[in-house]
Amino acid sequence: MFILKYIKEVFSGLKSLAVGLRRTLYYFSHHKEIITQQYPDNRDTLVFPDRFKGEVVMVHDDNNEHACTGCTACELACPNATIKIITKFDITPEGKKKKAIDKFVYHLELCTMCNLCVVACPTDAIKMAQTFEHSVFNRAELTKVLNKPDSKIREGVE
Amino acid sequence: MVEEIGSTAAGDIIINVGPQHPATHGVLHLVITINGETIQKVEPHLGYIHRSIEKMCESLTYRQFIYVTSRMDYLSSHINNHACALCVEKGLQIEVPSRAQVIRVLMDELTRIASHELWWGAMAMDLGAFTPFFHAFREREAINDIMEETCGARLTMNYMVPGGVMQDIHPNFQSRVKEFIALFKSKVSEYNELVTGNIIFQNRMKGVGNLSAADAISFGCTGPTARGSGVSCDIRKLYPYEIYDTLNFEEILETGGDSFARYMVRVREMSQSISIIEQLIDNIPEGDFQAKTKAVLKLPKGEFYQRVETARGEFGVYIVSEGGTTPYRIKYRSPGFSNLSALDHMARGSKLGDLVAMMGTLDLVIPDIDR
Repeated sequence: MFILKYIKEVFSGLKSLAVGLRRTLYYFSHHKEIITQQYPDNRDTLVFPDRFKGEVVMVHDDNNEHACTGCTACELACPNATIKIITKFDITPEGKKKKAIDKFVYHLELCTMCNLCVVACPTDAIKMAQTFEHSVFNRAELTKVLNKPDSKIREGVE
Repeated sequence: MVEEIGSTAAGDIIINVGPQHPATHGVLHLVITINGETIQKVEPHLGYIHRSIEKMCESLTYRQFIYVTSRMDYLSSHINNHACALCVEKGLQIEVPSRAQVIRVLMDELTRIASHELWWGAMAMDLGAFTPFFHAFREREAINDIMEETCGARLTMNYMVPGGVMQDIHPNFQSRVKEFIALFKSKVSEYNELVTGNIIFQNRMKGVGNLSAADAISFGCTGPTARGSGVSCDIRKLYPYEIYDTLNFEEILETGGDSFARYMVRVREMSQSISIIEQLIDNIPEGDFQAKTKAVLKLPKGEFYQRVETARGEFGVYIVSEGGTTPYRIKYRSPGFSNLSALDHMARGSKLGDLVAMMGTLDLVIPDIDR
């Protein structure tokens, strides 16, 4: 009886191997089932979802105007001190002093893409961009100023 | 190290596995005492990826500290974030809209499947089979795409916030999840063909790494590790949170207590998670995805604890508040740490070659152990 059981086990074992091997051979012969993408070669066809969190950018319109009032809500919401807002005082046509941003400094190397700053912004001045290749040779390049040169706040944004 | 060698019995050899070793899935350092090929003692050395997350959280506000927990058990980051959000909501007594609750549970279960998929591939790879790893990643990729579309990230989402979820689900979410369910169901038979039924795999798993129910309880094991020994410990059943008490699903229990039982628990849990998603995906209620909360959250003075079931076991968040905007103390109860403590007991007396298989069935995530 022992030998019968032993032979039975050998054959059921061989069968289980054949079943697994059949699956492997199926994929070996069906090239259409392969879904691997060759990354650096497929850059042109890569599509990222709108919500993909790549880096924080400031939205500028055609007139080089943004919506950032310098309220520092994003700076307070950030867990890693990624954002530093340097403000200045503009003189309005009426001769009054008005607070505005001088530099919106963004440290990409500290950012964890948690999206808390974008949610905190009351004027939707910043958003997440879909870029993802952030490697640079010089670390200082990761510290960015998000407001473009000579840009100013859009009319009517308080 | 010299003293340790001096204190061992004659014929014993001490070998180091890790901290840089492909079988440990991270920077875990095991000091193993062997006699011939028989394991005498396994001593895990921790701390290689300790980032003092608990201390870090003490200086972050109740909105900010959630993102850090994604970096602990990164394979179930949604569920970790969920626990933190629930704990803050408990303190603030916020009523979460039903839409947010359903979205949270859906995300949790998708994360659980993704985590088990990766474990299944890594488990087979630990035993020398490389192909299953790619089969597992093919299905996991579909989940990652869904996460990327709705949450904006593939691994560390930070999607759960106190009061609900950060953004509403993407318009494509429901159809994409249904596509995934169809894909998963058509491919799950491959898992059994390739690995579960394989004679080599079964011989290496059955009767290896035995853990009795009493030992599982005394070591504090939770999750599939304990359920493989027949200990009922599913937090979703025992202490239901969100809408888990209204859902129809089974707690998977196996009584074997060996590596194969733990393997089967996880494979069967994937099907249960699919069944939960199927119950909810067409019944997402309309309404807000986030409750109205104050701009600055202040928890009342006191202590708050919330436990959830992650893919690895019971995860607990314990917040001590002094009434300020930041917690006074935060303690995380991570499942991996307790499960790892059972490794020494399981491995004693077995062969060195089986150690990797045992570690694989514990489903260790090292950042979760070290924090």
